[in-house]
Amino acid sequence: MRALLRPFARQILNSLRDLAPIFLVIAVFQLLVLQQPIPNLFDLLAGALLVVVGLTLFVLGLEMGLFPLGESMAHDFARKGSMFWLLTFGFALGFGTTVAEPALIAVTGEAARVAAEAGLIEASDQARSQFANGLRLSVAIAVGLAIMIGVLRIIMGWPLHYLIIGGYIGVVLMTRHAPPEIIGVAYDAGGVTTSTITVPLVAALGVGLASSIKGRNPVVDGFGLIAFASLTPMIFVMGYGILLS
Amino acid sequence: MSALQGLMDALADTLLDVLPIAVVLLGFQLVVLRRRIANLRRILFGFLFVIIGLALFLRGLEQALFPLGQLMAAQLTDPAFIAPLDGLADTLRWQDYYWVYIFAFLIGFATTIAEPALIAVAIKASDVSGGAIGANGLRIAVALGVAVGIALGSWRIVTGSPLEYFIIVGYVIVVIQTAFAPRIIIPLAYDSGGVTTSTVTVPLVAALGLGLASNVPGRSPLIDGFGLIAFASLFPIMSVLAYAQFGEWSNRRRQRMETGQ
Repeated sequence: MRALLRPFARQILNSLRDLAPIFLVIAVFQLLVLQQPIPNLFDLLAGALLVVVGLTLFVLGLEMGLFPLGESMAHDFARKGSMFWLLTFGFALGFGTTVAEPALIAVTGEAARVAAEAGLIEASDQARSQFANGLRLSVAIAVGLAIMIGVLRIIMGWPLHYLIIGGYIGVVLMTRHAPPEIIGVAYDAGGVTTSTITVPLVAALGVGLASSIKGRNPVVDGFGLIAFASLTPMIFVMGYGILLS
Repeated sequence: MSALQGLMDALADTLLDVLPIAVVLLGFQLVVLRRRIANLRRILFGFLFVIIGLALFLRGLEQALFPLGQLMAAQLTDPAFIAPLDGLADTLRWQDYYWVYIFAFLIGFATTIAEPALIAVAIKASDVSGGAIGANGLRIAVALGVAVGIALGSWRIVTGSPLEYFIIVGYVIVVIQTAFAPRIIIPLAYDSGGVTTSTVTVPLVAALGLGLASNVPGRSPLIDGFGLIAFASLFPIMSVLAYAQFGEWSNRRRQRMETGQ
């Protein structure tokens, strides 16, 4: 128990420091710029306490659970030496964590409304939900492929920037052909797919893989999986839009 | 009672979020790898901490920060606040929205510093690089990128310029920077784009975008409301690359000074 308390106390201080800017910005704007009192001060303070304790537990759990697990699985996969299973795992991890992501569900629902408004699809509930589901599935497949390609890149030692710049060129080319209503959604889809639990796990996986394969540098080769996961959804969402129109 | 109810809801949401991840991890561990995990108990406790921590974090944000921040975004973009005297929304120029840009900059910076996923990547980067890439330096660089991105994105919504020009020009800058940046930072810089926009940033930034797009005359929330998140994922790439370039440049300068004397 004592072994836990000391890091907990230290982490509480870190969390306070991390959260201070956001509380400060909100308080200053509310009191000085908008010149309004802070409503429900008690609720606000209770909420702030939850945020601080929550962030503290999250960071502690990260180093106890998510990082070691991601790395140990990466090592085991490398030792097993089966490229097929490793790539399948990468796809499953990307697809599985994205398809149920709440932020993505919100964005695709919004996108369906935009598309109906713009006349891209029929303005019925059924057409909208079909559109939203199709979009969600294409983003999930995109992220699955992204992690898969990213893992393959780590194994092969390909330099990241050629692949990413190639992807950018793809995005630019598709922007010219995609229906204008879908472009904003597509660009945003890249940002919303990577959730708070997926990111540390994927980072640990990449770093673990790069450090268990000879000749790979964990910093240069281990990072970059998340970059793929934010790039491919843009291409897939625009592709989906082009297919529909 | 309702506070407890809210907490349980947040916990259930987080569990539901973690479920697919747990299924994938467990499935591969049991079926494919079939190896015992070292320190299993500790790892399970860690997972528990992550789930409870994230649930508390989200619940606290929803109770305290999001309502206030979203209300604030709506009030700041309200024509009654921007032009209290004449109240003529049609005569507003983009300069009149200066409080919006300042708020966008500060809230972008502050939410990014609080973003748990970025904390995770920064810890990992600092561990792996043996401290060569400092966790705090990286986070501040990313946060400045997001701040500039969201401020510029707000300006774009106010003026109504097309999103894709900004993104394409941004890509060109990133490509040029990539050619000159130290190799070690490139993957991290690219990653930081995707990392920044999650739990804390997206709800507040989306509220700002929506507020702007529905209040600025001539903008439609459906078309112009999107795109802020794209800005928030593009600009950190530039700022992290710039941060590394600056670090390399100042190192080299220091070395030259030392050898010169």
